[in-house]
Amino acid sequence: MNWLDTIVQGVLLGGLYALFAAGLSLVFGIMRLVNLAHGDLIVLAAYLILVIVSVLGISPFLAVTIALPLMFASGYVLQRVVLNRVLGEDILPPLLVTFGISVVLQNTMQEAFSADTRRLPPGDIGTASLQVAGLNIGVMPLLTFASAVLVIVVLNQIFYRTALGRAFRATSDDATTASLMGIRPSRIFAQATGIALMIVTIAALYLGMRANFDPSIGPARLIYAFEAVIIGGLGSLWGTLAGGVIIGVAQTVGAAINPEWQILAGHVAFLLVLLVKPRGLFPRAVD
Amino acid sequence: MTMHAIRAYTVETRTRASTIALVVAVLIIAVAIVLPAFASRRLVQELFFILTMLTLAQFWNLLAGYGGLVSIGQQAFVGIGAYALFGSVILGAVDPLTAILIGGVAALVLAVPFAFFAFRLNGAYFAIGTWVLAEVVRLSVAQWRAVGGGTGTSLPREATDAIPFVGAIATLFDVRDPAARDILAYWLALALAVAAIGGIYWLLRTKRGLALAAIRDNSEAARSVGVDAAPIKWFVFLAAAFGTGLTGALIYLQKARISPDAAFSVNDWTAYVIFIVVIGGIGTIEGPIIGVIVFFLLQSMLAQYGTWYLIALGTIGIVVMLFAPRGIWGLISDRTGLQLFPIRRRLVVGDAFKQQSASREE
Repeated sequence: MNWLDTIVQGVLLGGLYALFAAGLSLVFGIMRLVNLAHGDLIVLAAYLILVIVSVLGISPFLAVTIALPLMFASGYVLQRVVLNRVLGEDILPPLLVTFGISVVLQNTMQEAFSADTRRLPPGDIGTASLQVAGLNIGVMPLLTFASAVLVIVVLNQIFYRTALGRAFRATSDDATTASLMGIRPSRIFAQATGIALMIVTIAALYLGMRANFDPSIGPARLIYAFEAVIIGGLGSLWGTLAGGVIIGVAQTVGAAINPEWQILAGHVAFLLVLLVKPRGLFPRAVD
Repeated sequence: MTMHAIRAYTVETRTRASTIALVVAVLIIAVAIVLPAFASRRLVQELFFILTMLTLAQFWNLLAGYGGLVSIGQQAFVGIGAYALFGSVILGAVDPLTAILIGGVAALVLAVPFAFFAFRLNGAYFAIGTWVLAEVVRLSVAQWRAVGGGTGTSLPREATDAIPFVGAIATLFDVRDPAARDILAYWLALALAVAAIGGIYWLLRTKRGLALAAIRDNSEAARSVGVDAAPIKWFVFLAAAFGTGLTGALIYLQKARISPDAAFSVNDWTAYVIFIVVIGGIGTIEGPIIGVIVFFLLQSMLAQYGTWYLIALGTIGIVVMLFAPRGIWGLISDRTGLQLFPIRRRLVVGDAFKQQSASREE
């Protein structure tokens, strides 16, 4: 067994987990909302891409460009119509409402698409690989990781270089004062959730091309995303990437020792970080 | 009240409605005890299911509704209770009734490291944290080969035959052994539900319960008057784990077949329970009772449609949370002022001042 290879695979897998986590982190950072339906929304986006691929007969990479605005719109509407109503001091309503959405989404998808496993057709790229320093690296995992880095770079640019980002930060710090300055928090929140669902769509693209999916796998994706966010520390997107990488490496190393330990090893890594650094490795926000 | 007549004021929680409710409750319990004498086996099984869900809902409500601890990991305690029962019966040849207690203790023991990790996360993150921990427990138990690993196992015939009292019940009601086992399980579920409701009600009326409500309503204000939140949260979490573990062990004693995916199912043991509490009315003892009735009616109407049932339940849960966050019981008690399990302390003026105060009381 080649340990270096295992670790490289784990790092690249971490890119996928960082993609799962970035949307969750964004929404929590701006409105302190933990969306328990996050994982199911990833699966929903994967089905959306699948439907576009099968109806139009185009590649998933093209289909995602149609799915992105649709998912942005769904996020915007979801936030305006449902989630904005439950934001507030009490953490119970948003948790219970998003948990309800999770259960409804899972079962609606099961009804609409059946429980059969599906996959997005990756084309030639799915099996292509590169030889780097004696290691065989798949193009698809590499592309996933590169996309994760790109998403985080773009998000950081939006956050610190644009008017929208300024509004995000202002609303996050103090929604009341921000609204005195002419910002409408309800719209800012809706835009944030819209952007989060665009990231979810990108995550869904790679999830669907790399492995099989079915309507029931959402909660596990939510859990990986959550672990990556907590390991990285709240409010730090690069921390989230590091968190994803730690889970990814723990999983591939665990799987290399015993295939049954893959998932468990990721969770154990999370618990160890929680034990040693309860606020994560690179905390920025104070919560 | 006459006892305190010499004093001008007393602090009371009892109302006339609660006294009537107590009498009605005693009557219902009495009927429920003798019910197996004339009920069909199917009805006994359905009531068993309702009672166990009610118990789980009461404990989840204690955590989330009173303790502010929204756990999505309670299936860990159902599962560990059930597995402790199977483990001690299969490997230790313990008799199954004693093994139910072992199930509760196992859940209690698990709750210590569980809470240690979960309490490091605040608020919303606590919720997903408990979910992760429950997954860790499920995946670890699935490695336990002696009780069937990932595929699970059944209770051996000798063990189910050796359950105490089953023979006596069979003779008493003139039924076969499997039906007698269901009756015993039903009685235990009834006892557990009554003990859970009674115990939680008692807890909420003690000083500790008052502190709990204070922390939930405003943790800073509670701290400023000297209420230490940490020990109370620990106490509530451990108590809920113990009760949930007992219930889990009992459920799987009746099922007699276990697998990690079923015993640690987030849908069966936590999602349903959350919807029962939310629909009925979170933060009240009456809420889960109403919720479990609605849940059961919905299930009898929609169960044949499978996934549609969960879609309906989830949608109702969302709508209730958005438009009537205090649930069905909240709507009833807002309209009528009714409280069957009052915990609010009221100042009652003694007999001498009774006449004037009568108008001021509700």
